[in-house]
Amino acid sequence: MALLEVKDLKVRVEEREILHGLTLTVNEGEIHAIMGPNGSGKSTLSHVIAGKPGYEVTDGQILFRGEDLLEMSPDMRAAKGVFLAFQYPVEIPGVATMNFLRTALNAQRKARGEDEYSTPDFLKKVREVSKSLNIPQDMLKRGVNVGFSGGEKKRNEVLQMALFEPSLCILDEMDSGLDIDALRIAADGVNALHSPKRAMVVITHYQRLLNYIVPDVVHVMSKGRVVKSGGKELALELEASGYAQFEDAA
Amino acid sequence: MPAVQETVERVKRIDVDQYRYGFETLIDTEKAPKGLSEEIVKFISQKKNEPAWMLQWRLEAYRRWLTMVEPTWARVDYPKIDFQDLYYYAAPKPKKTVTSLDEIDPEILKTYEKLGIPLREVAMLEGVEPKPGEEDPARRKIAVDAVFDSVSVATTFKAELKKAGVIFMPISEAIREHPELVQKYLGSVVPTSDNFYATLNSAVFSDGSFVYVPPGVRCPMELSTYFRINERNTGQFERTLIIADKGSYVSYLEGCTAPQRDENQLHAAVVELVAHDDAEIKYSTVQNWYPGNSEGKGGIYNFVTKRGDCRGDRSKISWTQVETGSAITWKYPSCILRGDNSSGEFYSIAISNGFQQVDSGTKMIHLGKNTSSRIISKGIAAGKSQNTYRGLVTAHRKATGARNFTACDSLLIGDKCGAHTVPYIEAKNSSATFEHEATTSKISEDVLFYCIQRGLSQEEAVGLVVNGFVKDVLQQLPMEFAVEAQKLISISLEGSVG
Repeated sequence: MALLEVKDLKVRVEEREILHGLTLTVNEGEIHAIMGPNGSGKSTLSHVIAGKPGYEVTDGQILFRGEDLLEMSPDMRAAKGVFLAFQYPVEIPGVATMNFLRTALNAQRKARGEDEYSTPDFLKKVREVSKSLNIPQDMLKRGVNVGFSGGEKKRNEVLQMALFEPSLCILDEMDSGLDIDALRIAADGVNALHSPKRAMVVITHYQRLLNYIVPDVVHVMSKGRVVKSGGKELALELEASGYAQFEDAA
Repeated sequence: MPAVQETVERVKRIDVDQYRYGFETLIDTEKAPKGLSEEIVKFISQKKNEPAWMLQWRLEAYRRWLTMVEPTWARVDYPKIDFQDLYYYAAPKPKKTVTSLDEIDPEILKTYEKLGIPLREVAMLEGVEPKPGEEDPARRKIAVDAVFDSVSVATTFKAELKKAGVIFMPISEAIREHPELVQKYLGSVVPTSDNFYATLNSAVFSDGSFVYVPPGVRCPMELSTYFRINERNTGQFERTLIIADKGSYVSYLEGCTAPQRDENQLHAAVVELVAHDDAEIKYSTVQNWYPGNSEGKGGIYNFVTKRGDCRGDRSKISWTQVETGSAITWKYPSCILRGDNSSGEFYSIAISNGFQQVDSGTKMIHLGKNTSSRIISKGIAAGKSQNTYRGLVTAHRKATGARNFTACDSLLIGDKCGAHTVPYIEAKNSSATFEHEATTSKISEDVLFYCIQRGLSQEEAVGLVVNGFVKDVLQQLPMEFAVEAQKLISISLEGSVG
């Protein structure tokens, strides 16, 4: 059974259709890249999978391990293993990152019927994970993303990904706002988390990110549909010739 | 449905069930006849076995009150109060004079138990003593004075406090036992002529707490008073007087609850604090009077005058309040910074939901040299409530080197509520440094979704964001009460997010 199956998905935002029948299948352990110009519906797809309010699904299906994802509340989707790394992670003043991580992790565990982590167990786990990602302890004491640099914000997303151990990670334009060093650090973190049980969907404009996170499959999106899929060489082709050739195909 | 929209929908459905303290206790009470007159004032004074000077004081206040009119400048709206349609005195029927807890009506004890307030010292002492070096703050002893309608029913740890020289007793007792102290300080911070409600309180106040901390003494435990309004149509007019003599320290907390009633109940308290040279008073309030139901029916009218006088040099008064209840709140805990180098602080969290109206803030009056004050106010408005911060910072001509820092932040949940900030700033000398910062923000959909995507329910997400918003103030509360206050904040917003 596929991990994620998006079938003929049609989505509207305020009366305007953004996705016009999108189909995508992702299996465990695979890395998929979704590329496409601005306005092609890449971020909409990631938001609908995660359950962000404000989108109306008019047709189609999203199955996660065969279960109907659209029937689940967004927090339940998170508990089931869907993780969205945000393009612009928000700041939550006054809430220490450590506290946020614990609250979220325990909420997910509770939703799955697992025991909540005790404080010492949780601290041990966070230390372990942050150490493996080279994240300083000091960052965990600060308010969630408050005063973080672009790179720190993305690393905080990677840290959460490592901690929550989701089976599907969607990375929404992880490269935006990062310089080349910060990009490499974030990408290293993502690569470290790749496993045969975990799938990644990497959404990006540019081929650049794919030098660091090497995809198994590349999809090109245009005007709300996947118009072409292929191997990693497709990304290089795009880099050379641009998206224009697909505009007509859509 | 967008998350915030959903929040708004849920706010609409808030139910009175959300108020956990809305039960009524059935006990025999003794009431004065309805209405207010010199006779009633005399009746109250007589009930309390007061000396003649006290009655005289009350009568003067009453006569002055007759000449005053209700203030209308606050941003609150309510039908005119008929002051003749209230009871001004209600007391649980006494079983002779109460000398120990065993003689208190068990129903009243049960009430406080339900509220989670232990009046039995035994129960508290039974707790395992923390090992040396392992101070468990949650187990620290707290002396409690419980005020039920118009009288104080029990004060705990009196003996232990007495050993330290601290006087902590109902003010009605203090009037009889320590007349020299009461006469010297009562009305010295909030004069009987101060304002309509304070003057009314001076005429008819029935009970409240009295604290005196002698020079150089650090009060060995937290002092706390719990106020409970139970009777129907009864006004509660408590009076609290706290004096910290030279170089002393005291931390005091008050908590308030009331049953759910369809009609509005009036609460008009006066609190006076006096800090002498090098003394410090920390006064914390967790106010959770019944806020009214989902249609805005019922709830407490909370018209309170609280003022602290930093009378001595280097004295310090700190107000911390967590306001979640009351249909209407009209309250400005203030500091008069009279002593040189004295300092005042005001930390406030005011949460309004449903149809609540809050007009609250502080006054920092700088009179002495090199005085400083700090105001941190966090207002959270949900439902159809209106939440106003009103604050005055003023430096007298001679108050050279006065410093103030004010930060007022408002958070809106939904689009049917309002947050307002009304600062008054007056500097009458050029050496004053006043800073004022204010922000208003809406709880953002993106922040909520971020939290929910990480597995939090919508309610947990709002709770987390709000607790982060108020963190600076929560930290000011004594440890024992910070946890309680945090829970209270979640409960009072529970209706707003389901």
